[in-house]
Amino acid sequence: MSEEILNLSLVQLDALKEIGNVGAGNSATALSQLINRKIDMTVPQIAIMPLGDVPDVVGGPDVMVAGVYLRVFGPAPSSILFLLPRDSAFYLVDMLMGREQGYTTSLDSMDESALMEIGNILAGAYLNALSHFTKLTLLPSIPALAVDMAGAILSVILIQLGEMGDHALVIETEFTTENDGVKGHFFLIPDPGSLSTILSAIGVRE
Amino acid sequence: MSEVIKVGMADYKISRNPNSLISYGLGSCVGIALYDGVNKIGGLAHIMLPDSTQARVSENPAKFADTALPLMLSEMIKMGAMKGRITAKIAGGAQMFTFANATDVMRVGERNTAAVRMLLKKMDIRLLADDTGGNYGRTVELKTDTGIYRVKTIAQGEKEL
Repeated sequence: MSEEILNLSLVQLDALKEIGNVGAGNSATALSQLINRKIDMTVPQIAIMPLGDVPDVVGGPDVMVAGVYLRVFGPAPSSILFLLPRDSAFYLVDMLMGREQGYTTSLDSMDESALMEIGNILAGAYLNALSHFTKLTLLPSIPALAVDMAGAILSVILIQLGEMGDHALVIETEFTTENDGVKGHFFLIPDPGSLSTILSAIGVRE
Repeated sequence: MSEVIKVGMADYKISRNPNSLISYGLGSCVGIALYDGVNKIGGLAHIMLPDSTQARVSENPAKFADTALPLMLSEMIKMGAMKGRITAKIAGGAQMFTFANATDVMRVGERNTAAVRMLLKKMDIRLLADDTGGNYGRTVELKTDTGIYRVKTIAQGEKEL
């Protein structure tokens, strides 16, 4: 048996990319409303890469990031990870709290709650789109937050993938605000078996 | 000239004095440093999972503790290290996110650490020091000139094992 994700057809990859597109579009709109700024979003990248290369997507394993992690419950259990470079996280928190930019240099518990809430809203918006698209009922857990090295935070989802194979299917979108360069990366990682459930649900299961 | 050799996730490297081996951003993974202090030969493995027999598909033995460690050990012996002199230091195995009722998926750091300890015992390699658990990431570096295993964190400072 070889790795499922290495055998995905172009049609399937396109379908997954479209899911990423709709989901991330919904999230970007939610974020834009929340901080009252225009948000630009890249076309989702879909890539199949060795697990060890995934931290490079966000700048390398030792880059400092804030990560909001949620579990997805329902017929297609998954993980969602929203990663922000540390400076972007500080910037977002200042924006939300109505403080001057550059005020925050470390996060207190109120700031952490605010970031988790952002993760919550983004994940909720993403899952709404995904549920709509797949007709599967997908619900997010409460969010958990960590501010640490990107490799360490990503290890949580990479290890789950490692139980299935040596590669990661990364559906990744980058958000940026118009002027101030707040960046974020959104990852959706289906559990073992969930990928085929999603593919069946959208009618591209071979 | 000493060199710093990078060890990626699910990978291992060996080297000798005066080089050092470094692996960035370990979370729930475990960094296993093996060292022969006489020949000054060291190895560093960055494992992701405890047990290769539980895995569905893998072509990468460096991903699992039970397959990475014997491979790294035999390469070190080939380089001139002596099995009886090799000792181990380990770091990592954190739980990065805390949920109220953590499932098995979340406790993989703990499982990794336990598996590595058991494996070292089974392979008759003495564990000299460890820095495991917690909820924070670690960057680890093994100096082959001294055998010092340096553990760097963001908020918990730096220590030498």
